Amino acid sequence: MSHDPETSTQTSPYEDLYGGGDAAHWAFGTGFEDPLAGLGAGEAAAVPEGVSPRDLATYSLMLADDALVMSHRLSQWCSNAPELEDDVALANIALDLLGQARLLLTRASAADPAVVPTLPEGSPVPAEDALAYFRGDQDFLNVRLVEGEDADFAEAVVRLLVFATWRLALLSRLRDSSDPVLAAVASKGVKELTYHRDYAGRWFVTLAQGTEGSRARLLAALDRLWPMRPELTKGHAVESRLAQCGVGVDPTTVGDEVDDVLGQVFAAADVARPDAAGLAGVQGRTGRDGLHTEAFGRMLAEMQVVARAHPTGRW
Amino acid sequence: MTGVKGEWPLYEVFVRGKRGLNHVHVGSLHAADDEMAVRHARDVYTRRNEGVSIWVVRADAITASSPDEKDPLFAPSGDKVYRHPTFYDIPEDVPHL
Repeated sequence: MSHDPETSTQTSPYEDLYGGGDAAHWAFGTGFEDPLAGLGAGEAAAVPEGVSPRDLATYSLMLADDALVMSHRLSQWCSNAPELEDDVALANIALDLLGQARLLLTRASAADPAVVPTLPEGSPVPAEDALAYFRGDQDFLNVRLVEGEDADFAEAVVRLLVFATWRLALLSRLRDSSDPVLAAVASKGVKELTYHRDYAGRWFVTLAQGTEGSRARLLAALDRLWPMRPELTKGHAVESRLAQCGVGVDPTTVGDEVDDVLGQVFAAADVARPDAAGLAGVQGRTGRDGLHTEAFGRMLAEMQVVARAHPTGRW
Repeated sequence: MTGVKGEWPLYEVFVRGKRGLNHVHVGSLHAADDEMAVRHARDVYTRRNEGVSIWVVRADAITASSPDEKDPLFAPSGDKVYRHPTFYDIPEDVPHL
């Protein structure tokens, strides 16, 4: 350790404080975790006893599509958010959700390979990409809340608050799923969604208590999105069947928690809970049945156009 | 909208890494208030697993030395080699020196 003061800029005695030449130097963190690391061989594909593979695949697609579509809408904020810091924040949240979607799409394809669209012979596209880029809009099972285009930042905040509150309630219960893959995805997702909800909740209160302009935009966004709220906890036959055998979570059981959390945010923001009726479906069909809004078709066309033009492309 | 400032104040960000012992200045950002600054710092400066603790402080709360004072403040220590603890051997099992 003896050193010459002349060269002290190269061998600063302070260097070791920051980790020196160690690969785990603070500025470049390593040690990334694989959320499925705890699973044994074969467990990632096995279907728990007493569960229909098609039901498990469908349920995985529902959760995957919610995350995938919400992620895509959030990613459309890249370079468009009001401040650079929020641009990065929204991109981070979009990436968290994309990560959840990838694991869940893979889970769906492993549970029942028949749900994966058929691609030309020799196509290198993995199953998760085939599900994301080669299904039509009626094959997507996401709720309609996630698919609309944000008119302004306030709408992004309201949508994210309602979505993250609801999904956090679902995933915190899904951690006890008898399917080890879903349980692992849920454990990872709960930490992410807790942050997403916190981010959106703070912005909700900030905009509501900010200027007249910010409050007006926030209230308008809340009025536009509130009709999508009932669909979140309506429940679908597949969700209810999987909940009965301990694999899934029945959304009808999280309604009170969602309303309770949103009620606390509304109170802090001094905003009255809207009383708009739910957005009607068609003959009882809604997002979970593949029924979507017009905006969704346009979004999907943009999201899928490159992949569909090159089904055998390598990236 | 009188009294509403169009720009957020500047914050300086300090992050303590998993392996680091002290918080290190990593950069700056804009935020509307202290709490939001912590969250922005998390999003902007710890997305690659860099940190386990964050400090933020408003840039206008920092008192800095002036470049004009460089010589009187720092030059006198330049030729005092005896102030460096370099004239004895440091045992290998003493960490973080």
